[in-house]
Amino acid sequence: MYCAKKDRRIAVLILLPMLLVLFIFVYGFIAWSLRISFTDWNSILPNMTSVGFENYQRLFSSQRFQTDIRNTIFFTLFFLVICIVGGFFLSYLLYSKLRGESFLRTIYLFPLSLSFVVTGVLWRWIFSPEVGINSLFRMMGFEATFGWFTSTYSIGGFNVALIALIIAASWQYLGYTMAMFLAGLRGIPDQLIESAQIDGAGELAITWYIILPLIKPITFSAMIVLGHISLKIFDLAYVMTGKGPAFVTDFPGLFMFETTFRGNHYAEGAAISIIMLILVAVVIVPYLISTLRGDSE
Amino acid sequence: MKKRIMVGLLVALMATTMIFAQGTSDAKAESNTLEIFSWWTAGGEADGLEAMYNEFHRQYPGIEIINATVAGGAGTNAKAVLATRMQGGNPPDSFQVHAGHELIDTWVVSGFMEPVTFVLEDAGYMDKFPEDVIDIISYEGEVYSIPVNIHRSNVMWYSPKLFARFNLQPPKTMADFFRVAEVFKANGIPALALGDNEIWAATHLLESVILAHTGPDKYNALWEGNVMWNDAQVRSALNDFAKMMGYINRDHAALANMDAAGYVAEGKAAMNVMGDWAAGYYYSQGFKQGEDWDWVPTPGTSGNFIMLSDSFGLPKNAPNRDNVIKWLTLCASKEGQDAFNPIKGSIPSRIDGDRSKYDRYLNAAMDDFASNAIVPSVAHGAAISEPWLTRINDIMSVFVTDLNVDKAITEFQAAADRYAPK
Repeated sequence: MYCAKKDRRIAVLILLPMLLVLFIFVYGFIAWSLRISFTDWNSILPNMTSVGFENYQRLFSSQRFQTDIRNTIFFTLFFLVICIVGGFFLSYLLYSKLRGESFLRTIYLFPLSLSFVVTGVLWRWIFSPEVGINSLFRMMGFEATFGWFTSTYSIGGFNVALIALIIAASWQYLGYTMAMFLAGLRGIPDQLIESAQIDGAGELAITWYIILPLIKPITFSAMIVLGHISLKIFDLAYVMTGKGPAFVTDFPGLFMFETTFRGNHYAEGAAISIIMLILVAVVIVPYLISTLRGDSE
Repeated sequence: MKKRIMVGLLVALMATTMIFAQGTSDAKAESNTLEIFSWWTAGGEADGLEAMYNEFHRQYPGIEIINATVAGGAGTNAKAVLATRMQGGNPPDSFQVHAGHELIDTWVVSGFMEPVTFVLEDAGYMDKFPEDVIDIISYEGEVYSIPVNIHRSNVMWYSPKLFARFNLQPPKTMADFFRVAEVFKANGIPALALGDNEIWAATHLLESVILAHTGPDKYNALWEGNVMWNDAQVRSALNDFAKMMGYINRDHAALANMDAAGYVAEGKAAMNVMGDWAAGYYYSQGFKQGEDWDWVPTPGTSGNFIMLSDSFGLPKNAPNRDNVIKWLTLCASKEGQDAFNPIKGSIPSRIDGDRSKYDRYLNAAMDDFASNAIVPSVAHGAAISEPWLTRINDIMSVFVTDLNVDKAITEFQAAADRYAPK
């Protein structure tokens, strides 16, 4: 025990600089942003006059921010559903001993090795209304007038321009979710499935009653990983579409960057980042709590 | 055991002190240098800057120039870096900034800049710049930056081939514009090319339309907050802008401003309103003036010159103040400006540029600059502050799509109430 205690002290000592840096540069600055978001610092010079919730009020009454929040919700929803359903489907195909598995797996995983910036440039060209995929349709004799990410149509608050972004983002992360699911599927003991087969369960029943419940933790992790990517999305939209006409492809991250560094609205920018933090926290904190609980059990 | 802790601690300590040592030794690299901060990283502007550096080296061989550039985001990335450095008390020796309110409202009012009137006075250059330009770069009677160039915003580029095909003349008034635009539209040709994937291109068009309706005095008063946005002339300008959106190319939101200018030279669209860097673009692409493209002032703004300008200033506590003064003197000099501008594709802000060094378009622009009424550009930070401009761009982003004039006027007025100089 004596040794363990001493080891512990060394561990704490060694970790201390890291912890200190973490507390100052992550949590300290989050607190600092929170404080700034309640001030009137909306020019280059710091102005620490407290204005209460004025920055937040202004944000929520601005058309741009309302659109941003709507876009974030729709984007996250579609991105999650496509990646998780599609990823599971792909991994299931590979799991069922499809031929050329390792080749296909590499192909599916490949987009993940690109950064969002590269993906963005690529898909911007593909969806560019005059030169991209539309010209392909035109060659086939269709009248292709859909504006993709420049379209300003909106169905019940969903800006259809987001479709282009959802496709690009899903393309990149589909393989990743597939890999996660595949690892989960491989972890299921063969005996379980074999005994179910002996009991006469069909493939559908096995999938529904055995496989899906067993990979639930994986689904959960995938949702967290993808969810926090899409809630904070910046680089893909910044490179691929920008904020778009009437903000059809705008996200809080873009708004925050522009209002802070182009418009010198530091307090407003801080307010946006705090709201983004809350959005992500809503997803992450329940996950953390459940993992911590799982650990202690 | 103890020994091991000590070793561990020592290593950690050394690692951290090394990081700090690195920082301080960088900051103290004090030799005879001059750090110039800009977002000119490519094309004519980077080459032009290089030409000025060469001129500087020729005059002052002992001074080493540190070319600090930050690429991307039409200068937004550079501005973010600059803001951090200025607020942290580590300013570059001199930095590129749009002359006018972008400089004054952001950096001068907040007390970060030193006046540079003495640079112009000591070199005897005070009367070499037009009075309107001195006004735009001054705050409370002092000049705060040296403009190295002038660009014109209110230029309409048109395709002579398309105009000849339908036997039309380039429009002189807004009414002319709609008349010719109707002809092009009837023949299935986009009359007006717009490339507003970055929304400032739409704001750029709007400033010309407003000037056409208000004339220079009211235009200036609008940006000084002395004219209301529901003013009849301003309203008719917004109405015309909304009407113009009926004649633009369908893919405008996917195009960059240069793509739209290219549409005109390629004969895919009849007209385009863009700053005169488009001429530089045309020349660089091998398009011929008079054949592939030509220009007139935007409809209704003939006799007026909406200007924007890149300039350099002197931050307080600049590490190498003496060298900055040499640099600014060069920026203001005929040699410096004639080295920079023919390559950048802009005209000198001085009135005595060497005409033989400039191409046909730039010579014409120099004529107009010498004779026209000069007003500052909104879209490029000369007429209004950055926060105001950001807000206007946001309003434009929606206005271009919904074309709701009444709503736009309410929002423009709210922005003016918040940001216009009191």
